[in-house]
Amino acid sequence: MFHKLTARLEGKPIDATPPSNDRGGFWRSLDEIRDAEVFRDYITERFPRFAAHLNVDRREFLKLMSASLALAGMGACSREPQEEIVPYVNASSGRVAGEPRFFATATTMGGFATGVLVESNMGRPTKIEGNPTHPSSLGSTDIFAQASVLDLWDPDRSQVVTRNGQIDTWENFGATLQRRLAALADKQGDGLRILTETVTSPTLAAQIDQLLKRYPRARWHQYDAINRDNIYDGTRTAFGETLDVRYALDKAQIIVSLDADFLGAGNARVRSARDFSHGRGAADGETRPNRLYAAASSPTLTSAMADHPLAVRAADIETAARNLAVALGVPAGTPAEISDESKTWFAACARDLQANRGASVVIAGESQPPYVHALAHLMNHALANAGATVTYSDPVVAHAENQTTSLRELCRDMDTRGVDTLVIIGGNPVYSVPSDLEFKARLTAVPFVARMGLYEDETSAACHWHLPATHFLEAWSDARAYDGTATITQPLIAPLYGGKSAHELLAWLVAGTLKSSYDVVRDYWRPRLGTDFESAWNSALHEGVIAGSMFPQRAVALKRDLSIDNRPPPASTDDSSLELVYTPDPSLWDGSNANNAWLQELPRPLTKLTWDNAALISPQLAKRLSLENEDVIELRLGNAMIEAPVWITPAHADRAVSISLGYGRTRAGRVGNGRGFNAYALRTSDAPWFAGNLQVRKAGRKYALATTQHHHAMNGREVVRVATVDEFERNAALRGAQQHQATRAASLYPPFKSDGYAWGMTINLSTCIGCNACTIACQAENNIPVVGKTEVARGREMHWIRVDRYYEGKPQAPRTHFQPVPCMHCERAPCEVVCPVEASVHDSEGLNVQVYNRCVGTRFCSNNCPYKVRRFNFFQYADQHTESLKAQRNPEVTVRMRGVMEKCTYCIQRIANGRIEADKAGRRIRDGEVITACQAVCPTQAITFGDLNDPASRVKAVKASPLNYALLGELNTQPRTTYLAKVTNPNPDVTAS
Amino acid sequence: MAQVFEPRLVLWLKLSALAVVAFFVVVILIWRISIAPHPSIGSPVEQIVPFSHKHHVSDVGLDCRYCHTTVETSAFAGMPPTDTCMTCHSQLFADARMLAPVRKSFASGQPLRWNRVHDLPDFVYFNHSIHVAKGVGCETCHGPIDRMPLTWRTATLEMQWCLDCHRAPEKYIRPRDQVFNLHWRPPGSQLILGKKLVEEYRIHTSSLTDCSICHR
Amino acid sequence: MPPAISSTVDPLDESRLKVLKGAYSYGSISDKISDIVLTRPTHWGWIAGFAFCSALTVLFVAAIAYLFYKGVGIWGVDIPVAWAFAITNFVWWVGIGHAGTFISAFLLLLRQKWRTSINRFAEAMTIFAVAMAGLMPILHLGRPWFFYWLTPYPDIMNLWPQWRSPLVWDIFAIGTYIIVSILFWYMGLIPDLATLRDRAAGRASQIMYGLAALGWRGEARQWHRFDTAYLLMAGLATPLVISVHSVVSLDFAIGNTPGWHSTIFPPYFVAGALFSGFAMALTISIPLRAIFGLKDFITARHLDNIAKIMLVCGLLVAYSYGVEIFMAFYSADQFEEYMIMNRMIGPYAPIYWIVILFNVIIPQCLWFKRVRLSVPTLFALSIIVNVGMWLERFMIIVTSLHRDFLPSSWGMFYPTFWDWAILLGSVGAFGWLFLMFVRFLPAISISEMRKLAHDKKGGDL
Repeated sequence: MFHKLTARLEGKPIDATPPSNDRGGFWRSLDEIRDAEVFRDYITERFPRFAAHLNVDRREFLKLMSASLALAGMGACSREPQEEIVPYVNASSGRVAGEPRFFATATTMGGFATGVLVESNMGRPTKIEGNPTHPSSLGSTDIFAQASVLDLWDPDRSQVVTRNGQIDTWENFGATLQRRLAALADKQGDGLRILTETVTSPTLAAQIDQLLKRYPRARWHQYDAINRDNIYDGTRTAFGETLDVRYALDKAQIIVSLDADFLGAGNARVRSARDFSHGRGAADGETRPNRLYAAASSPTLTSAMADHPLAVRAADIETAARNLAVALGVPAGTPAEISDESKTWFAACARDLQANRGASVVIAGESQPPYVHALAHLMNHALANAGATVTYSDPVVAHAENQTTSLRELCRDMDTRGVDTLVIIGGNPVYSVPSDLEFKARLTAVPFVARMGLYEDETSAACHWHLPATHFLEAWSDARAYDGTATITQPLIAPLYGGKSAHELLAWLVAGTLKSSYDVVRDYWRPRLGTDFESAWNSALHEGVIAGSMFPQRAVALKRDLSIDNRPPPASTDDSSLELVYTPDPSLWDGSNANNAWLQELPRPLTKLTWDNAALISPQLAKRLSLENEDVIELRLGNAMIEAPVWITPAHADRAVSISLGYGRTRAGRVGNGRGFNAYALRTSDAPWFAGNLQVRKAGRKYALATTQHHHAMNGREVVRVATVDEFERNAALRGAQQHQATRAASLYPPFKSDGYAWGMTINLSTCIGCNACTIACQAENNIPVVGKTEVARGREMHWIRVDRYYEGKPQAPRTHFQPVPCMHCERAPCEVVCPVEASVHDSEGLNVQVYNRCVGTRFCSNNCPYKVRRFNFFQYADQHTESLKAQRNPEVTVRMRGVMEKCTYCIQRIANGRIEADKAGRRIRDGEVITACQAVCPTQAITFGDLNDPASRVKAVKASPLNYALLGELNTQPRTTYLAKVTNPNPDVTAS
Repeated sequence: MAQVFEPRLVLWLKLSALAVVAFFVVVILIWRISIAPHPSIGSPVEQIVPFSHKHHVSDVGLDCRYCHTTVETSAFAGMPPTDTCMTCHSQLFADARMLAPVRKSFASGQPLRWNRVHDLPDFVYFNHSIHVAKGVGCETCHGPIDRMPLTWRTATLEMQWCLDCHRAPEKYIRPRDQVFNLHWRPPGSQLILGKKLVEEYRIHTSSLTDCSICHR
Repeated sequence: MPPAISSTVDPLDESRLKVLKGAYSYGSISDKISDIVLTRPTHWGWIAGFAFCSALTVLFVAAIAYLFYKGVGIWGVDIPVAWAFAITNFVWWVGIGHAGTFISAFLLLLRQKWRTSINRFAEAMTIFAVAMAGLMPILHLGRPWFFYWLTPYPDIMNLWPQWRSPLVWDIFAIGTYIIVSILFWYMGLIPDLATLRDRAAGRASQIMYGLAALGWRGEARQWHRFDTAYLLMAGLATPLVISVHSVVSLDFAIGNTPGWHSTIFPPYFVAGALFSGFAMALTISIPLRAIFGLKDFITARHLDNIAKIMLVCGLLVAYSYGVEIFMAFYSADQFEEYMIMNRMIGPYAPIYWIVILFNVIIPQCLWFKRVRLSVPTLFALSIIVNVGMWLERFMIIVTSLHRDFLPSSWGMFYPTFWDWAILLGSVGAFGWLFLMFVRFLPAISISEMRKLAHDKKGGDL
């Protein structure tokens, strides 16, 4: 009935990580991994091509149910099945059966690396953690890194080479390629084009340079739908050279964001969040928190965190920036008028900036035009922030040219028959290139198009050849972080479906010979890692970073002839017309994650929508256009038109509609196909981020959206406690007293005693940015199933830790509060007294445990749980059929069956392992030895977990804070999970006015 | 009108009524027994190679840990890889027919597939290393393994069997250095020794019966 | 003649309000009642009803099969509303089960002669209703095949039920109740079974009834023991009338959900139970007396008395509603206050107001004798009260759950087809069982009616 993982997998030496050998802790080449054969066979032989999948529609359920019921029925009265143990053939040192191992590597997004440690169970990569030594991780990760492990096991990944849709072989492709290359060699590669995503990989860049050396007339284009063009153009405008900009947010007292979402997007998301939270003050009320001003068109994680959010249309940000610049004495021409509300905002903002010269920062968003970025640079220089909180370095991206321009050229050459061989590596241009470039149509005109990708997607369909690419956990490569720090990304498993890496393909293009990516990467680094290459290489693999590879700071000077002030003010868009804003989808990003069920079902931080995108509009606009949630509207831009359901979003700029990219995929896979609408259909290359003169018409239909939170106000209940710094300083003591009294009210029962360990958790609401990383990390760690849109719509989502989002104040300019809610592990747990079979019980360490195999599913516990953190398997949600998905599961956690209740366990499997190790050593578990999945992933370290009986533990110290309070403490549930009240730092001048 | 039932018939009826009751009791008992998980106690499990613990332990004198290498470090006691077998069997019985599968495995790289003898439900998380560390002898659960020509189970592995020890470990635990000794007998009273060891090995009897100790 | 009897006689309207109309001999009584069972073919009304109920019963079985096949997800239940129709049905059916025992045991001890002609089918009603009720909690389990884990039995896991859970108390309360009810009912049947045995024409039915009659010969000794035992059983059954629904009410009162966590629940639920129970007794007896011409046995007097009891129970229920509201605001607990407001003006407000209308306002017309004596009106009223009481349970369960403490986890409950299938199916199955009972067993106690006739000779009733 339950299975950690089928016994076949259990004992089996399915171990792609090869025997580590004499050469130290890590392994090196694919040839070494003989054992991997076993696993590949295992998967391919049993691989159910069209088996039941994550995207649960009704019919699929029917199938599942029949199986699981049969299973259940038999399970109730059957002999135990005969299972097998399958030992290794060759003993291999370092690998202990049943014990997980961790390998350092890196995930990339938009080309930029986030260092990670990947957990491998018997050779199966199952969980991703951050790499503490990596600058853009510092031990934390984000939802994308967490979810990337699911992609590895996705049964929808492309598994074979195809030619015009027919299955073919690598050999045939090689032969065809040879012929073409021979022809190209004659004309110096004229007509050869390479189209890649943004590349920071030094090895790949070097390979491509080699290629270009070999074929001088060939060209290389990079394109990402969400790229850094504006940033690089901005530095070109301001400094006359291409630079990468880094922000030291931990040093900034005043942070001004001009439509910049540095917490949720950007190439240093995780690091920025960490630095920002440091500046936010460690909730002790001693260090004064930083102050965040954020102007945004469509609300973002950053604007939600702001002490002073300002909802302005993307087009008006420039005006705003100019006003701010002028206020700071930066020549920026004569800015247009702005609303009074904005005036006070900017006035206060300017004063704060002036008062904090060298300790403030102005950040322009990636979606803002270069001009705004230039202004930001000017202001940062004027404020002496440059060099202090803002530093510059050479661009991390190889050949950082304007991607849109580059793409335009490619298209132009396609028209002029200048392209006869196009190799597309990664990306999905047919889907994600702005509609006006009509990439698909042009592509069909090219005689030979080969495409390498993880999925056989829209682009593959339009190409002659599709080549299955390796997942980043399957191949050797390298990548740079936002600050240039390079990481060797090592595989944990041999390619499941015989894919090849970009390095291998390029090696092929350059030399016409097969060369393993392992050799390619090593050959690149051999001359660069100093004299003792092997040891340097080993430590690089072990640490997950290459020491000293960070790009040094650059001293920069503003261009002398800055033609900024004489630039005419932007044509003020008339108030009647609407603005269309394109945003990256918080989960799907540019669409590359569309087939990842974890991300699809992850509630979007602000809208709490799942499985769909929507047209977000402000409450005022909704009133004016008499629109309600789920009303379908026609969005008309020029002569392009799409239909989208409305979602009313507080704090959204008025007279603007924002839609997220990444949906409306047609060949994403069984999870992502046909969900939402395709925003790229409206997107044009000259207005990639926002466009004016949007026409909106009511379609008169409704489209059902699945949200996980229907009520957004706290109804006067003290759910999230908020105080400004001043308020807090006034009555901190009082608050502490209240909270203490509330949680220790009298009771007829004797107090709960735990003499051994007493596990407890605190969640700091001041630093929680609501990014959802905890939710998805928990999902990955605890085998939490995905239930699908229909079930979410019925309120049956399974997430063990949810992030509640509340609004406070005026709907057009509310304050946003996030509150992660896991199980509170109450000492007087209401769920326990009502369970008739003792499936919900306390253990001696104060954990409120749910015993799945004892649970009969009365659901009384959920009714009695005031926090509603219990989740019920109304159907057989866990996929018991797709073998590759079984391989992803955490063998330390039971896979739940239909009809049982489940909930947060404080990652009891981690506690148990910690306890066993400590017990064997005859000591207590050390503080910080047991770290829950949510705590580990949290970019802002808002979650603290530990032993309350350990006087030295961090959690005990944090709970001593006067900010500490128990959610619904008045019910005397005496929760072990408590919160630190949210402390904001608004500018008194603004709040007064 | 005549009586429906003659007195004799009535007596017969009463008896048959009793019979019916008895019948149901029997049926229920049979059903209950039939659904009880069958501890295959005493019945050897078929294996691809008729491996004899008796031979390897009593006759040859191998230590448990020679093959079950990870029993002290991991949840999984560990099964010997084929090359462990071949360390001896490349020389001894090098061409015995019963060892053919082993040689085949070694040559082909295809692992041997043994049938599990001790198989816990997947929602039970058992860890060998901690039990060994706390002085639970191999013999305590696996029985006189050194006298088993073919391996069989000596314990029911039912929850009440686990609880029997988790509730009163002093009844079973032994000095750490005697864990792998299959012939150890308590010098004096097991209870007195056990109590002493529970103290010494810091076994938290309070938490031993937590559901979360075995179920996650 | 015991004074109790004359006191129950209405001096104004002696002619009409009799427990037994017309002149009946022992024989004619036996004929009239046993003919219902023994004569074939039966009344078309019975056949029509039986066909209808059979259809619903099939639906019930189908719904249950599909439920076990797919899981409780086929219902509209969700988080936060994890309990809905199944538990509503459970409470409702248990409630209906109350009237039977109340009539047969309680009124027996109170020497209410008018119970005589209605106690038999009222008890049957109880048993079938409780059977339906007993099914519901099992159906609503996530893993129904493990329902027996709620019962204490020695198992290989060394585990026992969790005694603090009201669900375990339920097992015992309901279990005791149904066992005692069945014994009580069967005991009363024995003399009548003997009568049927002696009157049955066919050999087969003679044997069947004969076996069931356990050799009853109507000797004085047997009668003596029978009366003592019957009285004892009545004494045993009476407290259960109170205990069962009190325990059921604790399923909610123990919980901390606003709208559940209240000390008034036990009396509140018992009153409600009798309210719906007597309503159901009316719903059944009115067609019964019409179809099988039992108007002389089940007279206006009976309907009148039932109506009066309903009126009293209705007032008790109304009082409970009032107290709920009062306590919510008196407690000054924001969650309680919100719960009441939410009931009155929230998404489920219509249900609340229908409940008030059906259970409080409409029953007030029972003050008028004219209403109590008009059979059609009573019938309509009984249906209304049944519906009203079902809705009341739904209101208590769902509107309390769907908005509890944290606004973030508030939700709604929408019934699915399968929710309705289970509800209507259980009604059908109940009716099916009852019609079978009417056809194979005497729906009115023959022996007790004979006693009644004997008393009648003594003086007017």
